Amino acid sequence: MSAREAVLKRIRMSLKVTDDENRKRTVAARLTEPPRGVIPARSQVDHDKRIALFVAMAEKAAATTERLASTDAIPQAVARYLRDRNLPAAIRHGDDPILSALTWDGTQLRVGHGAAADSDTAALSRATVGIAETGSLVLLSGRDNPTTLNFMPEAHIVVLRASDIVGDLETAWGRLRHIAGRGRLPRNVNLITGPSRSGDIQQTMLMGAHGPRDLHILVVG
Amino acid sequence: MDVRTPHFKDNARGAMADASLQEALTHIRRGFIDKRARAVDALPEFEALRDSSKAIKDHTLAHLDLYLEAFIERAEAAGSVVHIAETAADARDTIIGICREAGAKRITKGKSMISEEIDLNTHLAEAGFVPVETDLGEYIVQLRNETPSHIIAPAVHVTRDRIEQDFREKHRGLDPDRDLSDPKELLAEARTMLRGEYLAADVGLTGANFLIAETGSSVIVTNEGNGDLTQTLAPVHIVLASLDKLVPTLEDASQILRLLGRSATGQDMTVYTTFSTGPRRADDPDGPAACHVVILDNGRSSMLGTDYQDMLRCIRCGACMNHCPVYHEIGGHAYGWVYPGPMGAVLTPALVGVDQGGHLPNASTLCGRCEEVCPMKIPLPGMMRSWRRDEFERHLSPATVRWGLGVWAFFARRPRLYQAATRLAMRILGNLGARRGHLRRLPLAGGWTAERDLPAPAGATFQEQWAERERRR
Ligand code: SF4
Repeated sequence: MSAREAVLKRIRMSLKVTDDENRKRTVAARLTEPPRGVIPARSQVDHDKRIALFVAMAEKAAATTERLASTDAIPQAVARYLRDRNLPAAIRHGDDPILSALTWDGTQLRVGHGAAADSDTAALSRATVGIAETGSLVLLSGRDNPTTLNFMPEAHIVVLRASDIVGDLETAWGRLRHIAGRGRLPRNVNLITGPSRSGDIQQTMLMGAHGPRDLHILVVG
Repeated sequence: MDVRTPHFKDNARGAMADASLQEALTHIRRGFIDKRARAVDALPEFEALRDSSKAIKDHTLAHLDLYLEAFIERAEAAGSVVHIAETAADARDTIIGICREAGAKRITKGKSMISEEIDLNTHLAEAGFVPVETDLGEYIVQLRNETPSHIIAPAVHVTRDRIEQDFREKHRGLDPDRDLSDPKELLAEARTMLRGEYLAADVGLTGANFLIAETGSSVIVTNEGNGDLTQTLAPVHIVLASLDKLVPTLEDASQILRLLGRSATGQDMTVYTTFSTGPRRADDPDGPAACHVVILDNGRSSMLGTDYQDMLRCIRCGACMNHCPVYHEIGGHAYGWVYPGPMGAVLTPALVGVDQGGHLPNASTLCGRCEEVCPMKIPLPGMMRSWRRDEFERHLSPATVRWGLGVWAFFARRPRLYQAATRLAMRILGNLGARRGHLRRLPLAGGWTAERDLPAPAGATFQEQWAERERRR
């Protein structure tokens, strides 16, 4: 008997059950129609309040935010941010259609493409969804927004369309199922809430552990 | 890891006399208790989420076989290789086999309590590999050649001064006069040291906070980002998780996530919550080329259907130990195995056997704080009581306890004799403590009075006092 069969058998013995049709139906139903559970009321608000809540929660988690009228304003905002933080005038991003369409001519920035290198100091990504309840960003792995950009550089700048901000995590899953198909996810779904930190020295939170020290969110639209 | 729980009493005594440990333990209140209270108070739905999360786990455990099958099917469809390990040794052999096949040398590791449970680092090193812990707390503990003393704050027992000493000793080749007085500089130095490790690693191993049956995903929750660098930069990703990490759907994980950060560190949401499904896709520019998921049983399937099934709801948030007066006094190492505090006192005897871990359920005042704060509503004190009963029934209580209870039983069955004997004892004890009102030493119970004083009895037994009151009426 394989380990798999042995463990399954022991579970059924301990539970005093068999793999009968009733139990199978219960499980299949939950997997195809996931119940939403308890959703905090504070996230169930209209569009404007939702954006305000997202900004407030992201800042509570020590991210910084900036509101831009349109995507055209992104290059200047990135350049200004790097200058203000005394960071090198260089940025890297993936093939995301919104980011690929940007023109950087007026900025003096060196613009790289693709996955992060250890020497990168700043990266630009686009979040697929923002979650107002906790101020979290949802980033999907792939050519458009390589995962290493989220973790390697010191500063991470993330573009989020205001129309992509949802109230709660459960609504975000609904959107991802729409994009990726039910039961399928890209290699990584990263929920990011503020910049990296550690509480491991005397239980005091210190910012900038292994990931970015700074997380800056450009809310567009 | 060797089981040292049979030496619990000596371990605890040592811990209480360790000044550096006692200083380190003072950070628990500021670091955990107050922050948790604020975060929980700020979410009106917290109680409702506890109920809903408990129901999710109870449902999952009642259908664990089917959710395990669903997970395996979806994870394999996404390109992961799933390995089921019945015992700690099976899990180690599987992991060592994967590392050998990958021609690996250096293995970076995200935080994983299961890795501690199976004592993976020792065995990896013996097999010729170099395991490198990347969570700052785990890294400190590894430099010191120790084991974690807390499930979410591995180095909670180490003071800043000690960490500075360790870094100066172990980080060779750096300027010996560098300033490390600020904790920020310690963090920056660890960041620099570990960057090279992520990039050089052949295998990255992480734990998992959840396994999601719906999608075949594993989930890690970290503040540092070390787990993500570990599992993204190495060419092979190994997920090591136990059976009880399964939940049905993404929605189910989301309910429990609302409890986890708040209960653990008082955060509404931990910084990085990462869902990983299979290896990198054909046109992904980064991520591991291979992904293995090792699922460990190690006694858990046998806990189902017993008094201890509820323990499998545990999400390892650490709240029970953060609020435990015994843990506050002695820290985590005194418990003698991987899992300390109230959750350890219940889980350890279940996993290593009541003959080895049976002392731990006695390391409790049964004050009930752990059950109050446990987000998964695990009846920890009730289960500790249950272990005490099991231990006694199996005749494994220390001889003195059994002897004492035996003597009590003898007298209890003979009421007249009982009254006479207790009258005598009360007189003696009353006289012994007459001057100060409390006893510094109790005859035949030196161990008990070494750390505390016993209020001296009033000099008459309860039965005598009761009879006296009745007479006066
Ligand atoms: S027993 Fe409860 S409080 Fe303790 S670690 Fe587990 S879930 Fe958290």
